[in-house]
Amino acid sequence: MSLVLNIFTIIAVLAGTFFFLAGTVGLLRFPDTLTRLHALTKADNLGLGLVVMGLLPQAEWPFDVIKLIAIWLFTLLAGATVGQLMAQAARRGQPTP
Amino acid sequence: MTLALAVDISLTLLVLAVAGWIIAVRDTFAAVIGFVAYGLLLALIWVRLAAPDVALTEAAIGGGLTGALLIGAAGRLRKTEAATRAEYPGVLIRTLAAILAVTVAAALAVGVLALPDPAPTLAPAAVASLATTGVGNPVTAVLLAFRSMDTLLEAIVVLLALLGVWSLAPDRAWGGYPGPRHHADPDGILAYLARFLPPIGIIVGLYIFWIGADLPGGKFQGATILAAMWLLVIEAGLADTPPISRTWLRVLLVIGPLVFIAIGFAGSITAGAVLAYPEGYAKPLIVAIEIALMPTLVLTLALLVAGTPQRMPPQ
Repeated sequence: MSLVLNIFTIIAVLAGTFFFLAGTVGLLRFPDTLTRLHALTKADNLGLGLVVMGLLPQAEWPFDVIKLIAIWLFTLLAGATVGQLMAQAARRGQPTP
Repeated sequence: MTLALAVDISLTLLVLAVAGWIIAVRDTFAAVIGFVAYGLLLALIWVRLAAPDVALTEAAIGGGLTGALLIGAAGRLRKTEAATRAEYPGVLIRTLAAILAVTVAAALAVGVLALPDPAPTLAPAAVASLATTGVGNPVTAVLLAFRSMDTLLEAIVVLLALLGVWSLAPDRAWGGYPGPRHHADPDGILAYLARFLPPIGIIVGLYIFWIGADLPGGKFQGATILAAMWLLVIEAGLADTPPISRTWLRVLLVIGPLVFIAIGFAGSITAGAVLAYPEGYAKPLIVAIEIALMPTLVLTLALLVAGTPQRMPPQ
């Protein structure tokens, strides 16, 4: 059972790091602010979500598990808010396309 | 073990690279963003060094609060930045500055490398006397019992910094509201966050403050979180900063250091030395000092970010 959980952890964390890598590449390569923001928030949402999901079987029930999920939810909230605010600021600074 | 070593080496190289970039980059705003990243990376290094108390403080104060202050400063400097760049110092001055910086860095490196191995430490002595203070976190015991003079002066220093910021106010705005009045869309995402997050943030801030007696945490880290929540509400336009002439504000700003000093001098009568605690009363007195310091720190840190008084109350 623990072997299965360990394999699950490795796969999920690796998938999470893949999204962080893809998000970083997108942040560096995408042409304009909005697409770059999209790449960045995807990395936070999906990448961190998968890393947290992978770590859940290794964490101690109940408090560490709840803390991990709370960290992910707060990052979602912060990422979504900051993404919107930066997009608004970017649109205000540029003429509408 | 080797994996952990690889992580440590990469972290160290990353911090050094970010530090070099902060010095080399010409744009002030970019340097400030680099400094925030540097503070967060440094917090990770403190975690790797098994110093979570320092890591929390570095992330909250070094990355967060100082970052916010520097972003504000960079925004104000933007207008004069081109003029400043025109009078870039000559080769001689830059060479002398580089020699001075390298000499200081080399002297520090020699000093650290010359330390005997194992380095002299008071940690066993601090842990041995931990029981006399009644607190479980040795860092808190050092900060508020063994070296409480440092903590007292720290609290006074941030208060003096706030007075320095206030003293930059123009005469007509003295006693007025710090910073601009923020207006955000009341149905916008910022106003939503400023309604949703503070209840959670206040609980987390108070928890980190309270847990500091036994586990990593404490008043500075907790106060930073509470100050951030207040600033979020102010930035979203849901509340305004208080005019600095308000009596309650000034009382709360000095109450922390005053209680600290009063308990400190009382120690010279009850325990035989200034800032000493009488036998058996250490824990309640430490808690009393921390509770009194909390509002002072929250207000000081938040008002430092809010800035100089700019507007008078409506007559």
